[in-house]
Parts: sequence; C-alpha cells; structure tokens
Amino acid sequence: MLDPVNYAIWLGVLLVEIGCLVCLLKGRALSQHFTLVLYLSACIATDVASYSILKTSGYLSPTYFYFYFYSQSLLTICLFFVLMTLYSQVFSDMGVGKHIRAGAMLLLAGTSGISYYLVAASSNRMVTHFVAELGQNLYFVGVVLTYVLWAAMAKLRENRTRLMQLVLSMGVYVSLSAGSYAMNNLYPKHEFWQYYFPLTALWLPVSWAYTFMKVPKDARLATARVLAPTTNQ
Amino acid sequence: MTASLILVISFLTLFQFFITYSRALISRSRSHELSEQGRALCGLSIRHIAGEQFLRLEQLIALCPGPGGDEIQVRAMAVYFRLLGAVRTLATWALPSATSWIDEERSGCAGVAAMVLDRRIAYSRMMTAQQTGR
Repeated sequence: MLDPVNYAIWLGVLLVEIGCLVCLLKGRALSQHFTLVLYLSACIATDVASYSILKTSGYLSPTYFYFYFYSQSLLTICLFFVLMTLYSQVFSDMGVGKHIRAGAMLLLAGTSGISYYLVAASSNRMVTHFVAELGQNLYFVGVVLTYVLWAAMAKLRENRTRLMQLVLSMGVYVSLSAGSYAMNNLYPKHEFWQYYFPLTALWLPVSWAYTFMKVPKDARLATARVLAPTTNQ
Repeated sequence: MTASLILVISFLTLFQFFITYSRALISRSRSHELSEQGRALCGLSIRHIAGEQFLRLEQLIALCPGPGGDEIQVRAMAVYFRLLGAVRTLATWALPSATSWIDEERSGCAGVAAMVLDRRIAYSRMMTAQQTGR
C-alpha cells in the first residue's frame, strides 16, 4: 500500500496546498483570484480522495491509475480557468474577456475531441492510453496558451509584478507537466513516476504562496528588465 | 512521434519560462538595499557582489533561521545559478562573448541570496532582541 516515502510526499503536498490556500485567503485574494482558490480546493479534495483509494487499492491498481489521470485532467481544466482569469486581467482594459473565455472553451473541447479521436483510431480503443494522452495534450495546450499570454504581456509592456510571476510560474508548471506526461507516454512502466508526479505538484502552490506573501499587490517591474540581457548591476 | 515532439517543445518552453521567472526574482532583489550589518556579517562589498559568492551565501542562508516563505526563491536561484554554471562551461569555448552576460546573471543570483540572508539576519536580530527584552 503506502510506503513511508509515498506517505511523506502525499502529506507534504497536502500541507503545502493547505498552506497556500491560507496565504491566499489571508492576502484577501478570494475576489480577484477566485479561480486560484478553486484550483487549490480541487487539489486538496483530489489529494484526500487519492489517499482513500491508495489505502484500499494501492499504487499499482487500475482504480488508482484511472483515478489519478482523470482527476489530473479535471485539475488541468481548473488550471484553464486560472489561465482565463490571468488572460482577462491582462486584457482588462481592452474589454475582450468574453472572446477569450469562448476561445479557451473551444480549444479545451477541441483538445479532448482530438485526443479521443487519435487514440480511438490507433489501436483497439485503448481507453487506458486515452487518459494519459489526454493529460499530455491538455497540458500542452496549457503551454501554448501560457506562452501566448506571456508574449502578449511582453508586447503590452505589462508591469504588474504579481501578475508576471503568476503567469511565469504557470508557464514553468505546464511546461514541466506536459514534458513529464510526454516522457511518461514514452516510458510508462517505471517506478520513478509514482514519486515524480506528486512532487511536481508542489511547484504551483509554493510559487503562488511566495507571490502572495512576498510581492506587494501594487509592485511594478519593467518587462524589459526580465526579458533583455542586462549589462548593469 | 507526438509525445517526442511535445517533450522537446515543453523542454524548450520550460527552459525559457524558468529563466524568465528567475530573472524576475533577480530584478526584484536589485531594488533591495542591503543593510550595513548584513554586508559586514556576510563580508560583501558595497558596490558589487560577485557570482562566486553565491555558494557561500547559500550555506549561510541554510544556517540562519528565517520567517519562512523565501525558500522557493533560494531554491530557484540555486537551480538557475548551477544552470548558468553549466552554460558558462560550454560558452567559454563556444561563445566567449556570452560569458560576461552569464557572470552578470550569476552575480544577480548572489544578489538575491544576499537579500534573503540580509532579511534573515534582520529577523534573527529582531527575535533575539524580543527574547532579551523579556
């Protein structure tokens, strides 16, 4: 069932997520960053549910496999909501929020459809493979959307430090996850993944907690200083 | 094929996002004025903190308790510093003109470490003052 390392990782991730949620609520970010709170709450709920499945079925059971990949897909969809909030904050002055939401929803539906089509068309309708493929593709769409958002922020010379750090940490997380899922699809049968995937989940709550604790709400940072190589100290 | 392509692209975007994230952390630290006490305790000069001092500062940070919340900054800087070290080794013979930029970046990493250490020293002094006050 749960070995001490698995248990320590599970507990560590849960505590970090709860800590980050507390930081967000203490920083009064509920109204402005509701989707972040929603995502963290979903993560905590998933962790609690995964513990009960791990206790009864174990890591190598198909029940846990399906639960893990489908719950991650749902969390990725929550992450899309976070991304949409970030998009609407960046483009708040232009009044294009509705178009962004509609576009993101279409992209999400399209990705799920294409993932199912690719797997169904390939070999004997492997639903097992579908869950892993879907996760990889959803994260990859996240990478593209985050990259486009960051490019737009650089173009618009966005200088809100908090927003910049939230977008960049999101970029790191979705790139890391998409790459890890792709690697997992290439080399699926390896014990390493059971330790690796939960550890990567630490990045977002830790970086968000840092952003809300250490970066003042009205802090500003010139985008050019982050992008262009500097020559002066 | 699709997985390999996604792996390569994701690796490249991860690299870029991580570098930009680290540079954002460095830029924020540049506006921080180090205290005289912090400078004296760390043995730092007034004008410039050399990149080579990062490892020593990292060790001092590990020894100095803090209020928490800055671990990710130190970890991210440590990864970025080592990444730059590896790139510098390659750049020395492949692209020598890039080494000065890499050294500036490594110096920025040391600046972040100095800022974190400075805050931790201030925090420790405050805690000690509170305890002796009781």
